[in-house]
Amino acid sequence: MKARIKFRKYGVMRFIGHLDVMRFFQKAMRRAGIPIAFTGGYSPHMIMSFAQPLGVGVTSDGEYLDIELKEEIDALEAVRRLNEVMVEGIEVVNFRRISDEKKNSGMTIVAAASYRVSLLESSRSADITRALPPDWDGKIDAFMNQDSIVVLKKTKRSEMEVDIKPMIYQMREDGEGIYLFLAAGSEQNLKPDLVMAAFMEFIGKDVASVPFHYHRTDVYARQAKDKDTFIPLDAAGVL
Amino acid sequence: MRKLALNDEILLKIEKPARYIGNEVNSVMKDPEKVDIRFAMCFPDVYEIGMSHLGIQILYDMFNRRDDVWCERVYSPWIDLDQIMRDEHIPLFALESQDPVREFDFLGITIQYEMCYTNILQVLDLSGIPLHACDRDDSVPIVIGGGPCTYNPEPLAEFFDLFYIGDGETVYGQLLDAYKETKANGGSRKDFLEKAAEIEGIYVPGFYDVSYKEDGTIASFVPVNPHAKSTIQKQMVVNLTDTYYPKAPVVPFIKVTQDRVVLEIQRGCIRGCRFCQAGMLYRPTRERDVETLKQYAYQMLKNTGHEEISLSSLSSSDYSQLKELVTFLIEEFKGEGINISLPSLRIDAFSLDVMGQVQDIRKSSLTFAPEAGSQRMRDVINKGLTEEIILDGAGQAFEGGWNKVKLYFMLGLPTETEEDMKEIAHLADKIARRYYEIPKEERNGKCQITTSTSFFIPKPFTPFQWATMYSNEEYIARAAIVKHEFQEQLNRKSLKYHWHDAEVTVLEGVFARGDRKLSDVILEAYRLGCIYDSWTESFDNEKWMKAFENTGTDIAFYNLRKRDVDEIFPWDFIDIGVTKEFLYQEWQRALKGEVTPNCRVKCSGCGAMRYKGGVCIESKN
Repeated sequence: MKARIKFRKYGVMRFIGHLDVMRFFQKAMRRAGIPIAFTGGYSPHMIMSFAQPLGVGVTSDGEYLDIELKEEIDALEAVRRLNEVMVEGIEVVNFRRISDEKKNSGMTIVAAASYRVSLLESSRSADITRALPPDWDGKIDAFMNQDSIVVLKKTKRSEMEVDIKPMIYQMREDGEGIYLFLAAGSEQNLKPDLVMAAFMEFIGKDVASVPFHYHRTDVYARQAKDKDTFIPLDAAGVL
Repeated sequence: MRKLALNDEILLKIEKPARYIGNEVNSVMKDPEKVDIRFAMCFPDVYEIGMSHLGIQILYDMFNRRDDVWCERVYSPWIDLDQIMRDEHIPLFALESQDPVREFDFLGITIQYEMCYTNILQVLDLSGIPLHACDRDDSVPIVIGGGPCTYNPEPLAEFFDLFYIGDGETVYGQLLDAYKETKANGGSRKDFLEKAAEIEGIYVPGFYDVSYKEDGTIASFVPVNPHAKSTIQKQMVVNLTDTYYPKAPVVPFIKVTQDRVVLEIQRGCIRGCRFCQAGMLYRPTRERDVETLKQYAYQMLKNTGHEEISLSSLSSSDYSQLKELVTFLIEEFKGEGINISLPSLRIDAFSLDVMGQVQDIRKSSLTFAPEAGSQRMRDVINKGLTEEIILDGAGQAFEGGWNKVKLYFMLGLPTETEEDMKEIAHLADKIARRYYEIPKEERNGKCQITTSTSFFIPKPFTPFQWATMYSNEEYIARAAIVKHEFQEQLNRKSLKYHWHDAEVTVLEGVFARGDRKLSDVILEAYRLGCIYDSWTESFDNEKWMKAFENTGTDIAFYNLRKRDVDEIFPWDFIDIGVTKEFLYQEWQRALKGEVTPNCRVKCSGCGAMRYKGGVCIESKN
């Protein structure tokens, strides 16, 4: 019996890294009395997996974790109990039973993530945003009209040139800032800061000259019947 | 939403921003307008260490139960942030409100070890509080010290307005009430300190005058304010069951050293090891009721969500209800995926059985702390552990499937001879031999005996407070003798030997038994850039040596000098219950190698009986 939990991460919690958010939820499950299942052995672990890690400093309206339940619990009751033991900056949005098949796990089906990128007055505060420069609308189009967008991707061991264009599904001005819809997951994964760095280089600006704040709006899977359609994770594999 | 003291740019640049944002589960938020007293409780080390300390969690809970007090937490900013705060003139802030510490009524600092002394100055400095108590006016918080090092507060005397001597659960209420009263009457800082000085257990160092003899020892130590007492009585919670305990301790986001529920099962120790300060300070030994502890276990696990629970005490095997408690914890929580972490227990059939239930035998190791290699030396220190007990315990454990043993010893104990040092290696080898007595097909590969030695540091209020220490070179030479002897052993390939740093030992020795004159050295070391001295990566002995040189302070006076029976010690004005006469008698017995039975076997008349509690009245109930 499995369930998928959707939560928001905002405010000061943006400074808590992915591994610590996992620890936080492990303890929260106990505080809330969620009947979560454990692995066997000498040091049993909760059966829990997060769909897609979120970087430090990034906020989100659509984070997901899957858990295995050892007994049934009412979804609304689970949301209520979890929110009772949360801290300011983490809010559980929904709790949905999902199918038990492994191929449906959040981690496996993640295919894309959407972001809102805001321009900041200063890197000192993510709360004070400013409007997009008027000419950026056109520049974004020009950026996206390139045949390829080659960037240097650094890993721990090496550096390599990658064409990120196929991984940018959408990029547009959206009034409050820039909307990004990017490949995510184990097959292809593109971080929003890499896109903005490439864009800044494209328009000939120093990347450090304009501070950005990244807000993930949701995480998506491809629809089973139509692979070109993306659906939010809380609509995928749900029972 | 809470506004943070540090901006995003800083928080995203430094290591582990979670150290500075507060907001943890069970942290307490109040409206500053609705409280009378704002208390900043500080552990002068990095967050992960400070958050692991039970004492602060107890006081935090106790203070915040009062509607008129808001107690918040403060830790030392790590070296990266320390520099940024200095460069950008950001004042040190409390985690909950993120308000500057300077605006608080009190700054309470727990002083757990000598090597945090420069961090205390860091905290004061970053807060914008004058380092010397005599330079402070009504606009800055009252700076209070508490914790084990305050049993000799003298090296820090100039930096604190007052020290709280004893268990925190007792007179803080009176102290806070006195503060409110002074404030309501428009009284000054000095008015409050005079009121405070009248409360039992409160020591206001500024109200005392110390004069010295020509040889540098104390000639007199007298109160110079009519409100100050000539002797400060240690405060003690007589009934440990009916007192404060944090049922909902703060749960950190990041992994801290003590990332689990901690049940303090008892305070004090019946054993009377002559080197052990805690064993004397916290007399008499007091137990917490086992049924209460069971309730605490339920509540604390529920309120924190921790996946581990452990017991805390100086000697858990002496807790009279240990079997019942441990059995309960295993039966009740093991099935819930809760790890039960057991403190070092005396090795016997019971402890091996429970350890086998809660840990993976192949991975875990057994710990023995014989403290000294030879029986003669163990008699000197009154450690009632014989070679026979150790070999029997190890043998039982080996037959039960364990193959790793950790041994802890001290070097540089009073009367120690070369033979005593070598016996450390011999004992380790005998344990290995015991392992290889098991037929090859029944044992679990090779055994691994890891031996660590630290250098003995004489502490105030112990029978060894009269003992002489050694020089840095001598300590290293002693460790070399042990190291060499290990290489001569039959089973040397199964033996590992580590020793503790000698430079730090020398400094700890100076400050443990130091006097008021040392505040200059601490200040000078801090000015030279010493900070986080308990961290190997930041400890800088050269700077410390320079600080001694610049201030004309002689290490030998503190460590290498022989102390006479009638010398007035800097800490003699504190009365811990255990008398100086008893300690001296124990010192004499030590020199003769005579052992003294533990409190349950026979009362030795140490003086702690006057608290009328704990083990002293056990048989009379």
